[in-house]
Amino acid sequence: MTQILVQSLSGLASAASLFLVAAGLTVIFGVTRIVNFAHGSLYMLGAYIAYSLVTWLPRGHFPFWGGVLAAALAVGLIGVVVEVLVLRRIYKAPELFQLLATFGVVLVVQDVALAVWGAQDLLGPRAPGLRGAVDVMGERFPLYDLVLIAIGGAILLLLWLLFQRSRFGVLVRAATADREMLGALGVNQRRLFTGVFFLGSALAGLAGALQLPRESVNLHMDMAIISEAFVVVVVGGLGSLPGAALAALLIGQMQAFGIVLFPRITLVLVFLVMAVVLVLRPYGLMGRANAAAIVLPPEPPLRALSPKGRAVALAALLLAIALPPFLGDYALVVLSELAIAVLFAASLHFIMGPGGMASFGHAAYFGAGAYAAALLVKHFAAPMELGLLAAPFAAGLLGLVFGWFCVRLSGVYAAMLTLAFAQIAWSTAFQWVEVTGGDNGILGVWPSAWAVPKLAYAYLSLALCLGGALLLRRAIFAPLGYAMRAQRDSPLRAEAIGIDAFRVRWLAFAIAAGFAGLAGAVFAFGKGSVFPTAMAIPRSVDALLMVLLGGVQTVMGPLIGALAYTGLHEQLLRVTQFWRAALGAIIIGLVLFFPRGLAGMGPRA
Amino acid sequence: MSLLRVEGLHKSFGGVKAVQGVSLAVAAGELLALIGPNGAGKSTCFNMLNGQIRPDAGRVTLAGQDITGLAPRAIWRLGVGRTFQITATFASLSVLENVQMALLSHQRRLMRLWAPLSAEDPTPALALLERLGMAEQAARPCGVLAYGDLKRVELAIALANNPRLLLMDEPTAGMAPAERVALMALTARIARESGIAVLFTEHDMDVVFTHADRLLVLDRGRMLAEGSPEDVRANPAVREVYLGHEGRH
Repeated sequence: MTQILVQSLSGLASAASLFLVAAGLTVIFGVTRIVNFAHGSLYMLGAYIAYSLVTWLPRGHFPFWGGVLAAALAVGLIGVVVEVLVLRRIYKAPELFQLLATFGVVLVVQDVALAVWGAQDLLGPRAPGLRGAVDVMGERFPLYDLVLIAIGGAILLLLWLLFQRSRFGVLVRAATADREMLGALGVNQRRLFTGVFFLGSALAGLAGALQLPRESVNLHMDMAIISEAFVVVVVGGLGSLPGAALAALLIGQMQAFGIVLFPRITLVLVFLVMAVVLVLRPYGLMGRANAAAIVLPPEPPLRALSPKGRAVALAALLLAIALPPFLGDYALVVLSELAIAVLFAASLHFIMGPGGMASFGHAAYFGAGAYAAALLVKHFAAPMELGLLAAPFAAGLLGLVFGWFCVRLSGVYAAMLTLAFAQIAWSTAFQWVEVTGGDNGILGVWPSAWAVPKLAYAYLSLALCLGGALLLRRAIFAPLGYAMRAQRDSPLRAEAIGIDAFRVRWLAFAIAAGFAGLAGAVFAFGKGSVFPTAMAIPRSVDALLMVLLGGVQTVMGPLIGALAYTGLHEQLLRVTQFWRAALGAIIIGLVLFFPRGLAGMGPRA
Repeated sequence: MSLLRVEGLHKSFGGVKAVQGVSLAVAAGELLALIGPNGAGKSTCFNMLNGQIRPDAGRVTLAGQDITGLAPRAIWRLGVGRTFQITATFASLSVLENVQMALLSHQRRLMRLWAPLSAEDPTPALALLERLGMAEQAARPCGVLAYGDLKRVELAIALANNPRLLLMDEPTAGMAPAERVALMALTARIARESGIAVLFTEHDMDVVFTHADRLLVLDRGRMLAEGSPEDVRANPAVREVYLGHEGRH
């Protein structure tokens, strides 16, 4: 009984910090319709700035709490800078572009934090006077956690008063309900949006600063908190403050009791809850359907390559075939990675472009293929050939299962659900140590003897990956590809001529997953090992970047995007240790200036 | 013998009784116009016939088969073509490909992955486009067509599965007056040639009284009058609804 009480108290404490982060995220979404990936970075900055202030100031109650508050305000101002410089310009861009731009901010902030505070974990001072523990029916409970619960409750109350009683709050609620109407009534939206960003960012900063006495400050805080905050906000309903509070309570309690009851699936559990909620209530517990998503103008009809384009493609293919014998081992490895990137990007483009679906978790299927092959090799001593053959089917099967849920949603909700499923896959690989080796991965996934030489493996990668990409291209020009475009262009008309959009999307999703799995298997044998990073968020973002860099609306886009992105990545790694910031800046620039991607820059047919 | 038979349709949204006890019948080759002031329940009625809305009560039968509550795509498979008030076509596909989609769907060949669509024989789709005077524009993307042309493409798509019944919601909305007459004359000719029953809603009274064989007038969800254009024109209740008190003099 006592243990239950203590667990639920500690659940309340995590709920309090989750709520602070999620409240900012959900208010920002409600008003601006932007899912801010950089919200976790603001949280991390709050912790870092609080660390600097509190260690610099003299000890004492006032300097500690003053430092925490100052950090929150500073982060609020940083949020305003981000809003004015980047987000203000992309309020009318499609959702995935917004997500990507904010991910660019994540990368920049990571390197800024690295440059300013260094890579080592920083341990801040404990809160003055709150170091000890209190006695809760015989069990000891950290005093600071009780204070945190009180602060969480107080902020909830303050926010409620702000939104119910102030003019600003009324405007925020009105904007959340109907932004266009508010604009039509002559409200200055710019000031409102900037104000909301300040509030949301300051809340994230406050949450980060309040973590100082609880855990060390490090460079991984941003990604760790943002996936949890996404879960809370999506479960509660995007844009709903009461929803965020309710979901924070739910998730906080689940984490507290999950650790006791199901210690081995704590990570999966949270995302599983999110997936279940989204399936039962697609708009979250207290959310509502939003206005239609912003879409790009219709793409031009599909055309086969012109004779000139065909000649260029053929020449490039011949070059790729003729070149390898003259390349060194390193260049051969890069060539193989390029081929893998092309297939991975092509498979994501298949559902995003012609299919019109959003996926923020395509790495799940890449990783599923990689793990399927590696597990066959490790546990059944299967040869490489069998691994390569089984991988696309394993990944395709996973695509069928996850896709059954995901293809019903669209826009931000689809992006969030695909992300949740990818995190489930990642958590499984990470926590199921006996089978997957956990963080240590699976080693010794080597190719068969004939494919061990780098030259042979480069040819094998080229054959499988370019072959796979060509098959996908063929499907785009076949009736299924047209049916995908048809249901994307007009769901109403598609239904009225007997097209079952669900089946078309589902099949497309599974096909894309299968080919991503093939890419993953080729990747696994090339590296000789598989780690959970194969299905982590950054890999999903890689694929998205390649597709968006190349342009969603062109069939050749993923090819160009994969080559450009992989090349860029290599170069950045070589020239600067701050390659993340450089990449982030490039992503932001790309979204701001070339929303059609590189391949879309040329004259349109 | 009526092709489409509708008996006692009811639909409420919350407390609003949108449609209350509408019954109608359309025979092959006949054009029935569903008219009424805004809010009369025309669109609700329409959307219950094609499966977009499930009625609270009532029955819809097509050639004797009960189709009440079937999904739109299932109703289409039974031979019901449909055009929308705001045209719905595939903007990134060419005019020809738009029609080919409907033909392929009709033949259940849409899920194919290998042979490209361009290898498909364009003759049947071109023949449909020819019938509607759109063959010259077959290669243009639907996204760039003029509105009147889009309406004709929609009609070509709707005719692709040799429908027995055409449901046309405001077929001439947004068109220039001359185009309206031309499109409805064409529709009427095709309907009579091929024995297709046509049920359409329309705001333009010129179009209605020129082309409809019979009219059904709805007002606030109820049937107000039914009959030939002359009968309806002379009906005092209809005059009252459309003209207000002026009709009583």
